[in-house]
Amino acid sequence: MTAPSTATRSLKRRVRRQTTLQALPWLAPALILIGGVVVFPIGYMIYTSFRDLTRFGTDRGWAGLENYERVLELDHLSRVLSNTALWVVGVVALSVGLGLVLAQFLNKRFPGRKILRLVIIVPWAASVVMTSTVFVYGLDPFYGIINQFLVDVGILDTPYGFLKNALPGFLSAMAVAVFVSVPFTTFVFLAGLQTVPHDVLEAAQIDGASRVQTYWRVVFPMLRGALAVATIINVINVFNSLPILKTMTGAIPGYDADTTTSLMFKIIQNDRQIDTASALSVLNFIVVVVVIGVYLRVVRPMRED
Amino acid sequence: MSTVIDRPPTVTAVGGGVDRPPVHERRRWGLTVVGAVVATVFLAPYVIMLVGAFKTRPEILRVPPTYLPENWEPGNFLTMWDTPETPLPANLLSTVVISLGGTALALLAALPAAYYTARHNFRLKLPFMLLVLVTQMLQPTVLASGLFREFVTLEINDTWLAMILVNAAFNLSFAVWIMHSFFASVPKEIEEAAWLDGCSRSQSLRQIMLPLVWPGIVTAVIFTFIACWNEFAASLILLPTDTNQPLTVALTRFIGQYESAWQYVFAVSIIGILPVVALFALIEKHLVSGLTAGGVK
Repeated sequence: MTAPSTATRSLKRRVRRQTTLQALPWLAPALILIGGVVVFPIGYMIYTSFRDLTRFGTDRGWAGLENYERVLELDHLSRVLSNTALWVVGVVALSVGLGLVLAQFLNKRFPGRKILRLVIIVPWAASVVMTSTVFVYGLDPFYGIINQFLVDVGILDTPYGFLKNALPGFLSAMAVAVFVSVPFTTFVFLAGLQTVPHDVLEAAQIDGASRVQTYWRVVFPMLRGALAVATIINVINVFNSLPILKTMTGAIPGYDADTTTSLMFKIIQNDRQIDTASALSVLNFIVVVVVIGVYLRVVRPMRED
Repeated sequence: MSTVIDRPPTVTAVGGGVDRPPVHERRRWGLTVVGAVVATVFLAPYVIMLVGAFKTRPEILRVPPTYLPENWEPGNFLTMWDTPETPLPANLLSTVVISLGGTALALLAALPAAYYTARHNFRLKLPFMLLVLVTQMLQPTVLASGLFREFVTLEINDTWLAMILVNAAFNLSFAVWIMHSFFASVPKEIEEAAWLDGCSRSQSLRQIMLPLVWPGIVTAVIFTFIACWNEFAASLILLPTDTNQPLTVALTRFIGQYESAWQYVFAVSIIGILPVVALFALIEKHLVSGLTAGGVK
């Protein structure tokens, strides 16, 4: 190919600039919305994290790294960090594992499969706050119906105050988080399973592969994309999750059942320290950005087909 | 696109042969039993909710609890509106207004962007789609303090408008993405043929494109509406006044009270969940591709 002359090159450039200008009116509403309500708050949050704010929001000037120091000096910080790690790793691992099994099951043909698919949607569609309140009520040691059920079937001797103390409360919240995350995860794996071609499976069976072998050697490797998507999107959702902890363990005094996200909301709501909360949010935001980076590298979405 | 994907999605993976002898029939009914157990687990909380919505206040606080109401009390769905914990009629109105407003705004902004990016190539297309994708992975939760500061400065904090903007902005990307893929699946030639036949651009949009991409628009609208309907974290921070709060935030007021009016919590929840689940079921098959931006193939 010969190098294009400067004339055609500048013409091309002009055409390109023109098309970009033509695109602008079509993209402007979306760009304004993203710019004003997503990008700008990011900047404002970072700015606020270096300011000194009163409880009423008056800006008292530059604060340097004071807000960040205050976050790092919180005495419950190490507990909150280990909670956050447990929360994200535990909930995502269990959701992905259960989702994988459930998707495999739903991919089989049996009477009632379509109904089951619809049923599994319910926790996904329903408000997480509303789902969590059922567990707050059901796990109550006195009038809680789940507690009563556990006693009646012999799992517990007496009703247990699951949400009265930090550790059992936190673990119960994790169980509910798994419950509401499994549906989405399952559907991602179902979509992944549908890309497994039938003839490959037949070939494996003709070659004498057992069911287990076929799954681990043929099907599972083809689910790698779905696995990456399900894991990473769940990591972001679970890390950012507030409603379950707010409703289930929010009434437990102290910070022993908090993640960095729920702690940040307590700092905003209870302490009204927007500056400190902003510093913590910036740290949370960095975590999210890293996960998004991993997503873009690993999954490479938007591959043009 | 690899050849694999061109196959119709009817291919089943391991197991589940097409027409097999009765032995397999029996096994399939065995799977149905397992399926029923799974369904029970997933529905249990919502059954508790439904049953609880029909209990009287003394019964729902009784120790030990009853599984089924001794006296069914459908009146809860009427008396709950006067409950002292929170102004429920105002909360329902907030949820409806914010959801409708957020959905309308998201659609208005997403539709032209989705159409243009599907039809034209331009230099900033990839950066734009990348921005949309990254927005999808951000949530208002992590930006709550920034949003709060912004809306206080703009003096629209504690208004429906603030939450309409937040919901529209954070759900825009799903709408752009799903509608983009529908527009892109309509061959350009169809549109060009319409132009040759003397259709104007707006005519071809309305009469040719709209019917073809309608499922994508419906999916975008329903998904955005549900996301707005269920939003919690940003509303918690941005709407301090009880009459402005949506149902999700209002429900948290009941929790931690000495003798919570659980029967009302559940009656409200039933009203809050039923329509959303019905709508969700309609768009289920398009959801994964939209939520993962084509990441699963």
